[in-house]
Amino acid sequence: MSYIIDGESGPWEIVIGLEVHAQIMSNAKLFSAAATAFGAEPNAQVSFIDAGFPGMLPVINRECVSQAVRTGLGLNANVNLWSRFDRKNYFYADLPQGYQISQYAHPIIGEGAIDIELADGSTKTIGITRLHLEQDAGKSQHDQHPTKSFIDLNRSGVALMEIVSEPDMRSPEEAGAYLTKLRQIMRYLGTCDGNMDEGSLRADVNVSVRKAGEGFRTRCEVKNVNSIRFVMQAVEAEARRQIEVWEAGGRVDQETRLFDTGRGITRSMRSKEDAHDYRYFPDPDLPPLVIDAAFVESLKAALPELPDQRRARYVRDYGIPPYDAHVLTLERETAAYYETVAKGRDAKQAANWVMGDLFAAINRTKTSIAEPPVTAPDLGALLDLMADGTLSGKLAKEVFEAMVETGRAPGAIVEDRGLKQVTDSGAIEAVIDQVLAANADKVAEYRSGKDKLFGFFVGQTMKAMQGKGNPALVNDVLKQKLS
Amino acid sequence: MHATDFTLGGALAALNEGAISAEELTRAHVAAVEALNPKLNAFITTTSEQALEAARASDARRKRGEAGPLEGIPLAIKDLFCTEGVRTTAGSTILGNFIPPYESTVTAQLKRDGAVFLGKANLDEFAMGSSNLTSAYGGVLNPWQRKDDPDARLVPGGSSGGSAAAVAARIALGATGTDTGGSIRQPAAFCGITGIKPTYGRCSRFGIVAFASSLDQAGPFARTVEDCAILLRSMAGHDPKDSTSANQPVPNFAAACARSVKGLRIGVPREYRLDGMPAEIEKLWRQGLDWLRDAGAETVDISLPHTKYALPTYYIVAPAEASSNLARYDGVRFGLRVAEKDSDLGDLYERTRAEGFGAEVRRRIMIGTYVLSAGYYDAYYLKAQKIRALIAGDFDAAWAKVDAIVTPATPSAAFAEGENTDDPVQMYLNDVFTVTANLAGLPGLALPTGLDHQGLPLGLQVIGRAFDEETVFAVGAALERTADFKAVPAMRAGA
Repeated sequence: MSYIIDGESGPWEIVIGLEVHAQIMSNAKLFSAAATAFGAEPNAQVSFIDAGFPGMLPVINRECVSQAVRTGLGLNANVNLWSRFDRKNYFYADLPQGYQISQYAHPIIGEGAIDIELADGSTKTIGITRLHLEQDAGKSQHDQHPTKSFIDLNRSGVALMEIVSEPDMRSPEEAGAYLTKLRQIMRYLGTCDGNMDEGSLRADVNVSVRKAGEGFRTRCEVKNVNSIRFVMQAVEAEARRQIEVWEAGGRVDQETRLFDTGRGITRSMRSKEDAHDYRYFPDPDLPPLVIDAAFVESLKAALPELPDQRRARYVRDYGIPPYDAHVLTLERETAAYYETVAKGRDAKQAANWVMGDLFAAINRTKTSIAEPPVTAPDLGALLDLMADGTLSGKLAKEVFEAMVETGRAPGAIVEDRGLKQVTDSGAIEAVIDQVLAANADKVAEYRSGKDKLFGFFVGQTMKAMQGKGNPALVNDVLKQKLS
Repeated sequence: MHATDFTLGGALAALNEGAISAEELTRAHVAAVEALNPKLNAFITTTSEQALEAARASDARRKRGEAGPLEGIPLAIKDLFCTEGVRTTAGSTILGNFIPPYESTVTAQLKRDGAVFLGKANLDEFAMGSSNLTSAYGGVLNPWQRKDDPDARLVPGGSSGGSAAAVAARIALGATGTDTGGSIRQPAAFCGITGIKPTYGRCSRFGIVAFASSLDQAGPFARTVEDCAILLRSMAGHDPKDSTSANQPVPNFAAACARSVKGLRIGVPREYRLDGMPAEIEKLWRQGLDWLRDAGAETVDISLPHTKYALPTYYIVAPAEASSNLARYDGVRFGLRVAEKDSDLGDLYERTRAEGFGAEVRRRIMIGTYVLSAGYYDAYYLKAQKIRALIAGDFDAAWAKVDAIVTPATPSAAFAEGENTDDPVQMYLNDVFTVTANLAGLPGLALPTGLDHQGLPLGLQVIGRAFDEETVFAVGAALERTADFKAVPAMRAGA
């Protein structure tokens, strides 16, 4: 099912490729020992290396290399045992060395592919061109002083993975699904926290449009889009702009653009003509990065279960529908929660409770799966109380709400409120006898063929028992007495 | 005997015997610096007070039985090595006010071993030059004089001109230098002293202001081969802070100076016999080879066929790296900042760098920027890298036949200020015998073995296998013993 924009001249297809910058989760920077935590005081996490002082030299952080390899493995990609760092030369106030160290010609990770899931339940494979390691720049702040710019070098030298996709996406939805999947994989791996609002994940979106059966037309790059929603909006806005240009008889120029989130349009940032000449050349301060196959194997062996594998396992082992498995594995925390609840219990029922009542409660209480309103063991205990007949489904919902409110365990709530379901058939019989005696006329009507009155007797019995009667037992005893 | 006349080894012995204290030794050198530096301009910054304080601390350590291998030895430090709390200029206006908050690994190791620093030695700006005349702090006077023209102001060579002049004039017992294309060996030869550029990776580059990272290497100057060996042992060693530093054990280089050269095969590369080379240099070279044969070595004619491409290759690779390494001098975080009230960022860069860098540095930044530019990269930088590999391959092939190579150190004796300055290419030719060792990463030692007709020192160069400085020292020491070079410069302490 393809996504088409109908222009005046007919239908247009969108071609999208993404370059994603993902900040590596590591304690230290790519080439220095300075810390990387988000939100520190400006210039509090800067070594002389990050500040480009004379005579300072970069030394590669082994953990950052491991993180890149893990990510590469998670993207089903080739790991290059030999890679190299180049210098990308340009002047800017927040680039202290006057160059960025980046793997331009020889990246550590080569071609790979990931599957994305679409709303209609289908999946699509998106090719990964490469992943390479590079340094982040510092941050310029132009709004702190009327005539001065401020520079914060905390981010300078932080390790980034640039992940480049093939131009395989054809709709805003696919672009969004790709970024979602990429983030999901890296979060599972613990290689990038994926916090787009903190800038640890940013996307450059390459967009072009074409008529059916054509080759690629000129693309434009929309820089630094910082949410999945904006990526999808930027694709749509840029595609419509290009279609307008082509249909007006113009040409789309290759250029770098920015997405104006307020107005929902893209604006030109710089054209190809004023593109920098970055004068890339191998960084003579760093020998080639050589890793061995055993190192890669050891990382591979220690890799956590990835979303696709986990989803397949849920379908296979828990017998839940693929959609449920997809939803429950989107976040690693959700999956862990679900597994705690499902373990040794009715897995489908567990899925319903997590995706239904729990998600609703999280939304309502504005909490998260990481700090849920009801803990997984407590929800499991609630399911156990239903399984052993202590609680009816209806009572269980009540207890769950009480758990959300009070944070207490279900057993304690049941005890306190006397909510325990009555499963003593003698007690039920006694109540039913009273109900039938009080409604002798209705009993006569029922016996003369008015079957529909059965529900009335159930209702009266439950009412008399304040809802605590075991529904199945109530049914059985009523049928018996009325026969 | 004057206290400044000691060799480094001799001074260590005298200190050990208690014949002299570190304070006395340093005081003699400080006095010599104060007397001669106004003429020589060998130091950009002198640190006499700190030196005397360090000397007293050294005497105390010796008294406690904690003497290091260089305990109490006064040295000059090329002003390219960052020294904590002491201004480090790199010979440039752009770093005129830069006081590093850190110490280079090499100088930290020298301090660890007890050395005393007299000050920061003059150099060509960012180590770019062969005369010391590109220094923003003025040229350095070579303490030697021409017989026929004693008033001619001779250059000490470069870029480590201040270091070489200080050691030659006996105002320092030894000195550190750096060598990117000959910046230790050429000034050593011009000033009649000994200097070695060790194997690339032997000494850490951490804290040394970078010129061309793949070529830069620190090394010592001294007045004897053995003294260089003693200094190098303290300077060398693996440093985890420099990714290009080699994890190789540091041998006792001084012990290697006593090794016999009997049976060693000495290569004589035919490509180093240049057209128009002065006969004196040719004669000096032949004489050196005769001496080595007399000492039991065998000389072997060899070919290093890509030698003729070495100089152009060097003058592409070094400026390319420099153009990138020097980008950090932008007026934003340290050093000089030149800006007008209404300057924007681009204007700040232009003013700061135009005023902060001298003509030779600007020239090399432009050459380097050009050869790395889109459209020129393949024709210049990439081709130069390929030739660099071929030059290294020439040496690899040679090592199958010989154990060391002996060549002249320079194509001429020291020239005077004003000579060689019209045409930068003429100046670059000074490096013709030395750049190959940098391109191939090999150790090269220069030592004086004779005088020219003007009474100026001339030097030979010994090149060895990577990390085989020991053989280089053995051959150098053998040449030194026979040459018995006793000439002294006109301008010197105690004269």
